[in-house]
Amino acid sequence: MNQSLIEPAIQPVGDSGLMVRFGAAVDPDIHAQVLEADSAISAAGIEGVTELIPSFAALFVGYDPLQTDFETVSAAVRALGPMKSKERTSGQIWQVPVCYGDGLSPDLAEVAVRTGLSEEEVINAHLSGDYLLYMYGFAPGYAYLGGVPKEIQLPRKTAPVRDIPAGAVMIAGPQALVTTIKMPTGWWIIGQSPFQFLRPGEDNPFPLAVGDRVQFTRMSRDDFERAVGQGAKT
Amino acid sequence: MSAKFTVSFAGPLVSVQDYGRPGSMRFGVPRSGPMDRTSFAVLRRALEQNEGFAAIEVSIGGMVLKCTEGNVTAGFVGGNFSVSLDGQPQSPWSVFTIRAGSTLTIRPGLEGSWGYLGFCGKINSSEWLGSQATHLASGLCGHPLAAGATIEVSEAKVEAGFTCSLPIPDFARFSGNVRIVPGPQDDCFAPETLGALVSEPYEVTQDYDRMGMRLKGPSLPIAEELSMPSEALVRGAVQVPGHGDPIVLLADHQTTGGYPKISTVITADQDQLTQARARDKVRLASATPAEAVKLARAQHAKVTTYLESIAELRGSFEDRLRRSNLISGVVGDEF
Repeated sequence: MNQSLIEPAIQPVGDSGLMVRFGAAVDPDIHAQVLEADSAISAAGIEGVTELIPSFAALFVGYDPLQTDFETVSAAVRALGPMKSKERTSGQIWQVPVCYGDGLSPDLAEVAVRTGLSEEEVINAHLSGDYLLYMYGFAPGYAYLGGVPKEIQLPRKTAPVRDIPAGAVMIAGPQALVTTIKMPTGWWIIGQSPFQFLRPGEDNPFPLAVGDRVQFTRMSRDDFERAVGQGAKT
Repeated sequence: MSAKFTVSFAGPLVSVQDYGRPGSMRFGVPRSGPMDRTSFAVLRRALEQNEGFAAIEVSIGGMVLKCTEGNVTAGFVGGNFSVSLDGQPQSPWSVFTIRAGSTLTIRPGLEGSWGYLGFCGKINSSEWLGSQATHLASGLCGHPLAAGATIEVSEAKVEAGFTCSLPIPDFARFSGNVRIVPGPQDDCFAPETLGALVSEPYEVTQDYDRMGMRLKGPSLPIAEELSMPSEALVRGAVQVPGHGDPIVLLADHQTTGGYPKISTVITADQDQLTQARARDKVRLASATPAEAVKLARAQHAKVTTYLESIAELRGSFEDRLRRSNLISGVVGDEF
């Protein structure tokens, strides 16, 4: 736990938002401050604030320029005091099954070559990670998980690949993600999951909350086919 | 009573849009909604529709529809398109009644990239997270409208009294001048790069859709590599990827990104910018957040005044003359 509390940096974003920055790293302690600020600002009900968007190390605070302005909102945010990196609230833990290999892992061999590991070692490293949901971003339900073990961290591909289907289990640097809709991506696809991070027809289409944890588990091709056939959400 | 339409032709990116789904960016969902929210608001007022109002956003490609059933009062607002009903030219911004068998033709006119076709009634279309706004990239709430599609308007009403021709206000036209608030990552760029951004004109490229608009002009090399993890992106953000061309993010923008944002287009100029066309020149100028807030409020006041004038512009010239006479009392019964 980080005891040295640093006043967050607040920067204007155009005329209808500001960014509250707690650092520049993907780090659980920094992220805990982001979440603390997210709930504190939400609870404070600052007049004119329209939207809060947490990310790895910053919180975006949107406001309506017809109702308030940068000076007023930033003063109200500062008045809430430094954000304590309090004891991590125990987010829910989700088991996310993954089927590796068997034609579902287009980049597994390449990741093995680039990391100097066997495919099996890459899979085991991926399974051993303790993943934290840092933020949603890019596209609906894209949950950015941090916690990929060092030995399989690779920079993203130089050019994105088009039309990656939903359910692709991908890694890039310290980040992991399971796709929810067809999108281009430069990340490495090492498996496929029937787990749905986005459930468009349900009352809560985003079952996982930022701050929740994810453990990947291994599933066989047969179990994968069965789960997909049953329209699995798990 | 409902009215039905068949789409005979639709340009690319023609879609149903409403107010959008604000507040969902924390789940990776952009707000979507109209590219030009000002024109959309004028149309809603002209048709006296409530906040849930949805309309068809017509791109520069235009659109042709045939009314196959029912009668309904409709309006078109935005840009400066050429609009005709059964071959009869209408004013570019106008309200008219479409009857079964009629064909409405919307063609790109002299200026503008987006226009809004709405009805006195409710367009039946997919809904997600409380909004009918089509999110083209995800396909989670419908798809672009293409030839052969049918559009059903339920609770369709004929409101002959809403008929009008509206003047195109200056605030709804692309002006060629767009103001930006520097940052939040302007410190990733050399001072001369920041200078070039506001001193040289940029050109709007063909690389322009509902997600963003790529500009071409002096290249914006990143002086200091960014060691910042991904963070929230907002509409209007001017993001600079490795190619060095600024991209202005718009209605369907991705919600987070890791490229540096050199500046953000001010709220008051976001809508008029969307009406630019490829090869148009844009001059950027800096504003402080406080100045931009003032400009947003001034713009809002101008739009409000315009919205309030719509009622006065309804009806034929004779109708308007009669109304003004009744109010001023100059012309009495003896005339």
